[in-house]
Amino acid sequence: MTTIYEARKVVTMNPSRPLATHVAVREGRILGAGSLDELTGWGAYKLDRTFADKVLMPGLVEGHSHVAEGVQWRFVYCGYFDRTDPDGTTWPGLRSIEEVLARLSAANVGLSDPKQPLTGWALDPIYFDNRRITREDLDRVTTTRPIGIMHASGHIMNVNTRALELAGLLRAGINHPGVPLGSDGLPTGEMKGPEAMTPLGPHVGLDRSLLASDEPGLRAFARLCVRKGVTTAADLANLLPQPAVDMMLRVSGEGSFPARIVSLRIARDISPAELIDRVIELRKSSSDRLRLGIVKVIVDGSIQGFSARLKPPGYYNGAPNGLWYVAPEQLREIFERALAAGVQVHSHTNGDQATELVLDTLEQALRKSPSPDHRFALQHCQLANAAQFRRMRSLGMCVNLFPNHHFYWGDQHFALTVGPERAERMNACATALANGVPMAIHSDAPVTPLGPLFTAWCAVNRVTASGRILGTEERISVADALRTITLGAAYTLGLDGEVGSIECGKHADFAVLEDDPTEIGGERLKDVRIWGTVQGGRIFAAATI
Amino acid sequence: MTDPIPVTLIGGYLGAGKTTLVNSLLRNAAGRRLAVLVNEFGSLPIDADLIVAREDNLISISGGCICCSFGSDLVAALIDIRTRGQPIDHLLIETSGVALPGSIVQSIALLPGLAIDGVIVLADAETVEQRADDRYMGDTVRGQLAGADIVVLNKVDLVSLEHAAAIARWLAEIAPGARVVPAEKADIPVEIILGGPPDPRSMAHRPPPPRHRTADYETLSLELDSPVDAEKLGRVLADPRLGLLRAKGFLRGSDSAFVTLQVVGRRSQVEPAPSWIEGPGRLICIGFAAELDRAAILAAIKAWSCGHGLTRERSVHRNRQPPC
Repeated sequence: MTTIYEARKVVTMNPSRPLATHVAVREGRILGAGSLDELTGWGAYKLDRTFADKVLMPGLVEGHSHVAEGVQWRFVYCGYFDRTDPDGTTWPGLRSIEEVLARLSAANVGLSDPKQPLTGWALDPIYFDNRRITREDLDRVTTTRPIGIMHASGHIMNVNTRALELAGLLRAGINHPGVPLGSDGLPTGEMKGPEAMTPLGPHVGLDRSLLASDEPGLRAFARLCVRKGVTTAADLANLLPQPAVDMMLRVSGEGSFPARIVSLRIARDISPAELIDRVIELRKSSSDRLRLGIVKVIVDGSIQGFSARLKPPGYYNGAPNGLWYVAPEQLREIFERALAAGVQVHSHTNGDQATELVLDTLEQALRKSPSPDHRFALQHCQLANAAQFRRMRSLGMCVNLFPNHHFYWGDQHFALTVGPERAERMNACATALANGVPMAIHSDAPVTPLGPLFTAWCAVNRVTASGRILGTEERISVADALRTITLGAAYTLGLDGEVGSIECGKHADFAVLEDDPTEIGGERLKDVRIWGTVQGGRIFAAATI
Repeated sequence: MTDPIPVTLIGGYLGAGKTTLVNSLLRNAAGRRLAVLVNEFGSLPIDADLIVAREDNLISISGGCICCSFGSDLVAALIDIRTRGQPIDHLLIETSGVALPGSIVQSIALLPGLAIDGVIVLADAETVEQRADDRYMGDTVRGQLAGADIVVLNKVDLVSLEHAAAIARWLAEIAPGARVVPAEKADIPVEIILGGPPDPRSMAHRPPPPRHRTADYETLSLELDSPVDAEKLGRVLADPRLGLLRAKGFLRGSDSAFVTLQVVGRRSQVEPAPSWIEGPGRLICIGFAAELDRAAILAAIKAWSCGHGLTRERSVHRNRQPPC
């Protein structure tokens, strides 16, 4: 049965037919986009006018997120900015410590088990005049129940006195750079860096294993995708043990599951040889809505955590260079084996030195195993310079940049981490496009909120939270941004032949919009209202998801 | 409260010989129940003949030892292994080839029930200088060495004596205070890594320290009648000029209560002693015979004694086990 959808406008992303009024769909596939007249040639059809006053775009593609976003919402949202949860409730941003404590207190009242920890996330005290939060602050919420709140950066946690007691850390004499002490010689409750945070995790409900995706978390993540117009989302770092794969296959296979998930196997725990074998196995078990078979390697840390590897002259504030999470020998073996087996690898690099190592290593590996369309991708790649983008192009790499960083942390990058010049060229989207590097842009949700149209707005405007424009020359046009969050991201995942544009033969994946992103203007791109999605020909309204 | 479990970190760049050393320690554990945490890409690289049973990421090893991998989350694995309730005498952590042992030491200090015993960093004599100059990894390699209490200069058989001596001089600048123990195939006496009374068999047939001809180890056993300032004594014994690799003592502190003094390379630590300790204070020092400075050790004890009691040399042994 053919359905022809009538729309106010269809923005196809197909250059030879960029705009249309109707889309014909049969069995989840697009027959064509055009006028009603043209499409009736496909035979008997039902005209569906549900979208007659909406704008259709190709379903948006989030090229770098984590399905754990769906799990985070079990915790109390403590962020500074308004954020919408999977159920559609928008939690107002909290503008002071008092507001944070009030929301935590309200959540505390709702917990019946006196031992259950009270867990929060997305705290960002830099917006509270940099007043540090202490355990005494959180003790005002409860002294009997442990509290732990993860900062938005993911690099700092605040806990109350009870949590410190349970972890055996309410004692004098602790000498650790990540554990500031109060005038009483005891920890203040601010735990900085993974080494300091992990001992607290199990006591405050932030156990690592819990943060991996589970069934309700995966469903919640997919509901969030509908709200943001996303029909394909990459889950960028998953260990993918077989029980998790079985669960993801089952859940994503349910008729009501509204998104296509591309889950990457992180290079960890197993040798490069085993890794590539495992990924080839995983690739075979892919389904339409769960795509497996890509490797993710983490090369360095993060810029705001000062653990990214920078080329000279290093950090603006003089902090020592960051950390490697993989040795060049290991990276080379993974690359060589992956190229030989036709497996794609995405490499997390934040600092420009980490990016350079990937470029050097891939160049060598390609000499050994020439591969015409390997599509190896650099993820984040925030500090890449023009020369590195030229090398990406020569080596056939693609890049997925992180413009959301400008909005959330751009002011800190300017003042503290990399200084004005490099802060302005960070996530150099215009340079990437000018050099012909296939490009995506991403949210890294839950690090920043899922929402490709917001990410596009960040790339178009490069405005920081304080209103500074960071790198006028690296701003890109609305048209480029829209192509990047559809076809661009699809290309990095090897799905550009299936999704990313509305044209004959592709999956019927649409973002259904109330406003026209090509008309609303770059400054308002983030305000485009989203009605919901169509995924594989199935209609999902955000209001009822 | 039970005594904390001693933790030894085994670090060093890829290919330096960490896994070989771990296997050798498991093979020569001599009744010590070791728990080994390994982090390296790859399945647990434990010699097959040592393995008794294997489930998920835990391997049981003959002699009551266990081994598991920790992926990216060492602290979680440490908490996990403690909650298993299996008796553990000594915990070994084989770090990843790019990890900095110094930061791991800080993390372990935050965990109750664990106490750092020492940081052993292996260096491949053939490649370590080149690695320390690598434009990507140089600062990581130097940072690893700088965090060492003892550097095992591995594969010395593959370089000339002059070259080994030059590396030792260079290491003294990069890792001030750390002892340098040369080794072939990462083979060094288990007592140097894990402590305990030296076994004569394990002390023989080793490469000599740089600039010396014999590789004999010497063990000096002392009895002390007077209390000492154990903290200050420990700091002197950790000075490389005294030539100690390791020392352990049950000493009366200045308040007459017994304390345990541990010296591992340049690290010294003082903790309350087990309650069953009585009698005179005693101290066992191990070092290369060519380097151990007995006179300086005795002078240090005298300098930090809180009385005029005697210090007796119960025994000095070369490559022989002292009477217990």
